[in-house]
Amino acid sequence: MKINDSKAVREFLIGKVLLNPGRDQDPDIARKLSYIKRERVEQPLIYVGTTSCAQAAGARKTFKAVESYIKENQLQVELIEGGCNGFCKAEPQLDVQLPGKARIAFGNVMPDRVPFILDEILNSHVPDQHVLGQYHNPIHQLWEGVPFMNELPFFRSQKKILSANCGISDPVSVQEYIARGGYQAFSDTITQYTPLQVCNLVEDSKLAGRGGGGYMAGKKWKITLDAVSDQKYFVCNAVESDPGSYMNRVMMESDPHKLIEAVLIASYAIGASKAFIFTRSEFTLAISRLREALRQAEEFGITGHNIFDSGVNIDIAIKEGARAFVCGEETALNNSIEGKRAMPVYKPPFPAIKGLWNKPTIVQNLETLINVPLIMKNGPQWFQTLGNDTSKGTKLFSLSGKVANYGTIEVEMGTSFRTIVEEIGGGMKEDNDFKAIILGINSGSYVTPQTLDTPVDFDALKNIGSALGSGACVVVDTSACMLDLARFFTTFFKNESCGKCIPCREGTARMLEIVEAATRKPDKENSFQTLERFKGIMQLKSMAEVMKDTSLCSLGKSAPNAILNTLANFKSEFDAHVFERKCPAGVCRDLKTYTIDVDLCTGCTACFKKCPTDAIIGSPRQPHFIVQDKCIACNACFEACKFNAVLVE
Amino acid sequence: MDNTLASIFALFPNKQRDDLIPLLHALQDSYGFLSEELIIEVGAYLDISVNKIFGVATFYDNFRFGPRGKFHIRLCHGTACHVAGSSTILNELEKQLKISHGQTDKNGLFSLEVVSCIGACGLAPLIEINGEYFAGITMPKLKEILNHYRENHNTIYEDQ
Repeated sequence: MKINDSKAVREFLIGKVLLNPGRDQDPDIARKLSYIKRERVEQPLIYVGTTSCAQAAGARKTFKAVESYIKENQLQVELIEGGCNGFCKAEPQLDVQLPGKARIAFGNVMPDRVPFILDEILNSHVPDQHVLGQYHNPIHQLWEGVPFMNELPFFRSQKKILSANCGISDPVSVQEYIARGGYQAFSDTITQYTPLQVCNLVEDSKLAGRGGGGYMAGKKWKITLDAVSDQKYFVCNAVESDPGSYMNRVMMESDPHKLIEAVLIASYAIGASKAFIFTRSEFTLAISRLREALRQAEEFGITGHNIFDSGVNIDIAIKEGARAFVCGEETALNNSIEGKRAMPVYKPPFPAIKGLWNKPTIVQNLETLINVPLIMKNGPQWFQTLGNDTSKGTKLFSLSGKVANYGTIEVEMGTSFRTIVEEIGGGMKEDNDFKAIILGINSGSYVTPQTLDTPVDFDALKNIGSALGSGACVVVDTSACMLDLARFFTTFFKNESCGKCIPCREGTARMLEIVEAATRKPDKENSFQTLERFKGIMQLKSMAEVMKDTSLCSLGKSAPNAILNTLANFKSEFDAHVFERKCPAGVCRDLKTYTIDVDLCTGCTACFKKCPTDAIIGSPRQPHFIVQDKCIACNACFEACKFNAVLVE
Repeated sequence: MDNTLASIFALFPNKQRDDLIPLLHALQDSYGFLSEELIIEVGAYLDISVNKIFGVATFYDNFRFGPRGKFHIRLCHGTACHVAGSSTILNELEKQLKISHGQTDKNGLFSLEVVSCIGACGLAPLIEINGEYFAGITMPKLKEILNHYRENHNTIYEDQ
């Protein structure tokens, strides 16, 4: 079999790998697979990660630089657009696989550094800069003095199971995906198990929904499996509109076949012949890679009509949303697929019984779903060994904010948040101390310095009044104002409320008024404002309760969490805003006071000329003054002053 | 009905309600925005009332109803970008371009849009101009980028 004979490769992969239960025992198959996996290569192979976050860091230019380097030197080298291993800080990344040598990775490769790195490595020298690490593989000879990738501080405490292929394999190669063990779970499932057995296995694994609800996936699937209908649908929710989370996008861009396999197994388990992957239209690269992956899967006969002669038909379509946060809610999402306004509807009946076009529909979050092929392959007992007593499996996070290392990470359930911040994150980026982790807007909860040892676990987080949320993990330091963040969250909810139910529509608007009253400029003339401010804070809790009890969907139910958690965890900061009218972090602009130091002021009139509200008075060569009531705290005088005479408090 | 419109409509032969959002996406991609005339055409093609189409289109943040500038600036305002100071960047952009977000400037050069998250949180604060990303924006960097686009707006696409 020749590796470039695509027809022979396809026949081998389908006949000898997918439909051959004894594939793992045959050393000849394993050897052939290592060629398809590109672990054994005949000519050098270069991967440049070109996922969208890498492109934002300049990977497209790096890719072009590598391309022109190969052309200029007329080299026999294969160049591949790869995925993302999650280490965003080292983007753009470049991996080199030489024949017989271990694969070696380079980080922060800007286009001008490409010739230097490739000159060295293609002549089997390790350059003294940009080296990240090498991958361990028994069939390869190791590079001397190069650390292993999985021993780097960023990767050491992670457990890469769902994201194992990310950044390693060619994302849009079905051959490579099968060679790395992909689609085997699916082919075994449809040839060996009944749909009910699949549901039972998933239920036994105790796989809980990662979208926020934490509902058991297997239980939900059984409801749809039992429902009687001529048509059932499966929908993968890959909208991911929570600001600060982008793990789903990374998964779709780096390993689209894994998602397709998961959708296939789930559709089979509930008896759906039509499946949708619902994502955001802005994820252009993710969509194009998914489309290509779907095309390849169809070519291999893995999707479509009568898959592997089993009589099973499953069609997968990609649906692009048009940006609305509420699409994360399953009934709203279904409406959006149907071409309507994405407004949630009252449950019950649950979509599992009456969903898309009134047919039984399962809507499952992407991250929950990609666990399924692994459960089917390794069994529910294996899944039980991952995680701690109460929560099973691993969890993906998008780690960002004021930490030294950032990126997409995967940790085992039960890992403490301290490990995430201090080991994986590498501590704080700047000199300020750690203040909080924001666990996504939809949970609105924080991990504070006091609760930093809490494990990643549904129950443990509930005990400290938090929720796991979507997977956003934004770390902030003492330079952040928590009330400013609460205002940011509330503004977001007010804008994204769909307007259908009153508690959410009116409640979010009123809540924003309350937070704004606390962060607005003090107005001494207007005593009514003070009253409003105190009244608002007093009413906050009862209003939040009403919103939680009576909102139609979880958007309204979770909207008050951010403010309530700020109040619970950062009360002193709240009080400083409300009573003393000061922002301890110095973020809330309206609460800053500007004064001029008369000793330093030379009367140059620079600030006088810049002030947009004529709040500065004084004559040339005489010290100036700021009239506080007119000042809008625009910072223009501070920027204009060359003598540091403007003081900010 | 011109040829472009006919070729886009041809992509949706089933004329179902669930074709509406993909069709609007396709139209916006080729025409830049959804004009009243386009929406009336869509209504006639899919046999849905024009009111309902406007209702759907205005619900979603993705659809625009006016032309955008030659350079479309998208400012990320997600949690990580907010923490990194994207509000100040937004103020500065609005001041420099003399427009508020969601608008296009007088000579049609720049338009400004605030998006909730581009998904490159490690590089915050972040702006994107016509598909090109600029990470770690600071005030001087922002002025430099805007000046670059202002001065070279005639030649900028010939370079690429």
